[in-house]
Amino acid sequence: MGMTITQKILADHAGKKEVYPGELVMCKVDIALANDVTAPIAIKQVKAVGARNVWDRERIALVPDHFVPAKDIKAAEQVKMMRDFAKEFGIKHFWPEGRVGIEHALLPEQGVVVPGDVVIGADSHTCTYGALGAFSTGVGSTDMAYAWLTGEVWFKVPEQMKFIYYGKRQRWVGGKDIILYVIGMIGVDGALYKTMEHTGEAIRELPMDDRFTICNMAIEAGAKNGIIEPDEITLEYVKGRAKRPYKLYKSDPDAEYSEVYEIDVSKIEPQVAFPYLPSNTRPVTEATHVTIDQVVIGSCTNGRLSDLRVAAQILKGKKVNPNVRCIVIPATQEIYRQALKEGLIDIFLDAECVVSTPTCGPCLGGHMGILAKGERAVATTNRNFVGRMGHPESEVYLASPAVAAASAVLGRIAHPDEVVGSEN
Amino acid sequence: MAEVFKGRAFKFGDDINTDEIIPARYLNTSDPKELAKHVMEDADPEFPKKVKPGDIIVAGKNFGCGSSREHAPIAIKAAGVSAVIAKSFARIFYRNAINIGLPIFESPEAVEGIEEGDIVEVNPETGVIKNVTKGTEFKANPIPEDIRQIMEAGGLMEYAKKKLGLKEG
Repeated sequence: MGMTITQKILADHAGKKEVYPGELVMCKVDIALANDVTAPIAIKQVKAVGARNVWDRERIALVPDHFVPAKDIKAAEQVKMMRDFAKEFGIKHFWPEGRVGIEHALLPEQGVVVPGDVVIGADSHTCTYGALGAFSTGVGSTDMAYAWLTGEVWFKVPEQMKFIYYGKRQRWVGGKDIILYVIGMIGVDGALYKTMEHTGEAIRELPMDDRFTICNMAIEAGAKNGIIEPDEITLEYVKGRAKRPYKLYKSDPDAEYSEVYEIDVSKIEPQVAFPYLPSNTRPVTEATHVTIDQVVIGSCTNGRLSDLRVAAQILKGKKVNPNVRCIVIPATQEIYRQALKEGLIDIFLDAECVVSTPTCGPCLGGHMGILAKGERAVATTNRNFVGRMGHPESEVYLASPAVAAASAVLGRIAHPDEVVGSEN
Repeated sequence: MAEVFKGRAFKFGDDINTDEIIPARYLNTSDPKELAKHVMEDADPEFPKKVKPGDIIVAGKNFGCGSSREHAPIAIKAAGVSAVIAKSFARIFYRNAINIGLPIFESPEAVEGIEEGDIVEVNPETGVIKNVTKGTEFKANPIPEDIRQIMEAGGLMEYAKKKLGLKEG
């Protein structure tokens, strides 16, 4: 029986010829990462067992991105713990403020994660790197500590789900709309413990940034990992970035899937996920009655260059609605700089947006844009749970950067065509 | 002999996420006592005041979905909750609970058969869940053998210590 790309990567890292769903395997890890929320617990565990060394100081990545620049004293102490640990154990990949970016945008951009890797991260959105053709998944801090000491992690080989996409995307429809549509279709536990493999002609046409967005939100359907077979677009992205040799895996034609979905993307309108679950999706045209107080454009889901480009395309020459604050957060320093060079930051400032240094900040209600009681936000982030961006009685509506930017202009949820005009 | 857990049931619905279990506004610390003060706060603001040592959380499907924050099972454990029974668990929460030693049990039937305030008894060895108030009994889905080995070693770090020949630092 054939294997999927996910099975092949896991088998190679477990030292086995083949692995099948349900099997428990101990895998070698290529990169193990943690952030300023999750690293401190892992560091305490490593210290508690009296370890003097880690398994490989070049394979650990420490990314302070959630509450940086430190939002308060406690947050500062957590980042300091990471910095001290990085120094003491000689961890190679540690980025302080001014060099750091949001982990899941930063690591692929810097070529730290590459196709064919097994990556674990003490952050649920670690599944993002599946877009490179890697197996990557979120774990907790104790799993992380164990991997830092041993270079290994246990997995149950997940059941495999295949999503085949075909048809031509409507204008303004990107990776975010596709994945929101799918989560709306299968639910927040629709892929629980499983792999979401995305394939088909419509995926082959998608740029890398959109592929990252699609794999990023696998966890929002409960999945263990999301993955896309690498192709020319992947290789183009990896070229000049990869810091290590990489391996390209493909699914066998006779690989077995527990479920197969076929999706005509030409039928997908820009999507909005209503509170309080990412599966609570509707086409944007059914959401235009919702007035808003804030817009957030950024995060590991949609803070990449093409996200900023589409937002700028809509905001160019416009002003953010007087009832709204619009917060734009480039996901990395490199993206920030490129946005400056292309004049995107000028467009945002002219439109009277807030532009921030890279941080996860408001996405998880940390800082840099917290909602008051009763306030509503449109965000390009990944979760709209109760209290996610602030007060438990505030509301988050998830959407693409195009819908978010259009909503910022009109002060209510809006279709991008309402702002740009369908002729342009 | 494994300890039998006994306490009052607190019921919650489906898809209880990690932001409800421990909101990110409290994640600037990893101190279990601090976290326990806010456990389940965004699902039930009174819960941290009401919960007593031994009490049991009973929830619907996909409990612990969302973030990878280990703060979630840590907060529940530090608040004195002895076990969580749910129809199903989100995968990272499931790993984390096992790794830190928070007993969790999957049983859709038990969840249906337990009401808020019922006195519940759980035997972790047999997986038998008793509703003492109603006099009914349920059986949790068995924990896979390999995972039980990690639990029996006393959690993942104890397992690591043995493997690497490390002593307490």
